[in-house]
Amino acid sequence: MSSLPVFEKGKGFPTRDGYGKGLLLEGRRDPRIIALDADLVESTRAHWFAKEFPKRFWNMGISEQDMICTAAGMASTGKVVFASTFAIFTERAFEQTRNAVARPKLNVKIVGSHGGIMTGEDGASAQCIEDVAAYRSLPNMAVVVPADAVEAEKAVHAMAERDGPCYLKMTRAKVPVLFEDSYRFEFGKGQRLREGAHLTIGACGALVSESLAAADVLAKQGIEVEVLNLASVKPLDRELILASVAKTRCMMTAEDHTVIGGLGGAVAELLSEELPTPLLRVGMQDRFAESGTPADLYAKYGFNTAGIVESARQALKKKR
Amino acid sequence: MGLPVPTTLAAHGSVDQRELARIARQIRVDSLKMTFKAASGHPGGSMSEADLLAALYFGGWLRVDPKNPKAADRDRFILSKGHCCPGLYSALSQKGFFPREELWNFRKVGHLLQGHSDLKVPGVDMSAGSLGMGLSFGNGAALMGRLDGKDYRVYVMLGDGECQEGNIWEGAMTSAHQKIDNLCAIVDYNKIQIEGFVKDIKNPEPFADKWEAFGWNAIEIDGHDFGEISAALREARETKGMPTVIIAHTLKGKGVSFTENKNEYHGRALTEDEMKRAMAELKEPWP
Repeated sequence: MSSLPVFEKGKGFPTRDGYGKGLLLEGRRDPRIIALDADLVESTRAHWFAKEFPKRFWNMGISEQDMICTAAGMASTGKVVFASTFAIFTERAFEQTRNAVARPKLNVKIVGSHGGIMTGEDGASAQCIEDVAAYRSLPNMAVVVPADAVEAEKAVHAMAERDGPCYLKMTRAKVPVLFEDSYRFEFGKGQRLREGAHLTIGACGALVSESLAAADVLAKQGIEVEVLNLASVKPLDRELILASVAKTRCMMTAEDHTVIGGLGGAVAELLSEELPTPLLRVGMQDRFAESGTPADLYAKYGFNTAGIVESARQALKKKR
Repeated sequence: MGLPVPTTLAAHGSVDQRELARIARQIRVDSLKMTFKAASGHPGGSMSEADLLAALYFGGWLRVDPKNPKAADRDRFILSKGHCCPGLYSALSQKGFFPREELWNFRKVGHLLQGHSDLKVPGVDMSAGSLGMGLSFGNGAALMGRLDGKDYRVYVMLGDGECQEGNIWEGAMTSAHQKIDNLCAIVDYNKIQIEGFVKDIKNPEPFADKWEAFGWNAIEIDGHDFGEISAALREARETKGMPTVIIAHTLKGKGVSFTENKNEYHGRALTEDEMKRAMAELKEPWP
């Protein structure tokens, strides 16, 4: 399809573009792929698939509980079903996901667009900041928060190949392209995007590129930061994190999500059990945000480059 | 088609009604024994649905093969009111999906038969237990049958109290909007939910009108009359372009005088004394 975006380094794309492109490419590759959406087909970018494969796509209307249970029934016949809507509205069907999808381990891939406070002007009702915690708590469920559109696209392929349910969280707004098209996403594998000796920053989603920019700033101040992309929040790349903090002896997480139970929670659980390490979690500090532009919100809540630089300096003060 | 057509399929409804009654009686006996041995579970709704289950599984309606329980072409039976799995497990064991000895380990750790119906059990087509999800699940399976050009049908058993769940009506809108005519919903309308009469807690009436307003073909029957069950299932099968719901008027706890029409037996096993009396009424040796 000529309108499909090409994700070039140096440009910015919403990670939902990566979902839409990945879904279409998977649809061409695998006839088992089915897609559903709940009246946000263009917003989630499921419309590219819907246009090319109208017989394998259903707009379920504003009925998220119905969508998830229908997806489960479809998956029970051997299909691989992607069900997308805004991240916050996937939570409407959380218990359906728990009981009709996760418990019987059906091949339903839940896709939440417009994740985090980056959703912006629509305000706190639309800014999903607890989905990673919720889905991470479910047995059988994998959770992916891609750092850019390329990783989102490649994650769709890995999700289609994986036997069992997954949750994919995406952004409404543009984030810089970090990966080449040759990148391959693997569950349970993170990437060391930058090496450093003083502090490890483990990030996911839009905060990966912010963390990389912060590392540049900190390097000029003589602070060498190691930046890990931890898009696969579950399963988590334990070895990568433990090896990094064995060197830096100080950890910071950064995510557009509450600090409770998401990437920060997952890393805290890992470190406290395996290698107790000073830790600072950047994220929403147990509060909701508000309306505003993504840039203003990121500045106010410390998610932009300057905020991460400041948090990194605080994290280093915890180092013993 | 990979599935053998049951010999009775050509003669829907002409199966000996005494044979169906014998099977339904066994479903009631089994449901009471299973829940008694487990000291928990849901006998009341298993007894109200027993005749419907007997008709579906033994009246030639469900094309299923115990030797190939996951056959792609099989008809699906979705027990959305998953707490009434004792009745379903009894029907499946009588059909030969698993040994009858499994029934006596219902709800016991390390055993097959979970407290609410579970896909791990041969013959079970949905993991249920939380109400309101089965109609949408059935729609999904039915839509895939249509997409793949398969002629299987999907039957979804709903509870009446369950129809208080909004998810049911989201699913009902989808069935009608998508003209899913290879699906038939059956409401076990036994009038009782866990805490009392459905009409007192949140009345679904006018029930048939609601389904019709949602775009369904609604049929009301006596859910204990095999002739009416068979006629309704035939009408559902022949109705094209819209889904059909069979509102089956039943009696909670049907088959034992003192359990009938009482919410008390929705979710508890009989006592030892009650078991003696119930088995005597059902002419079943006990203990």
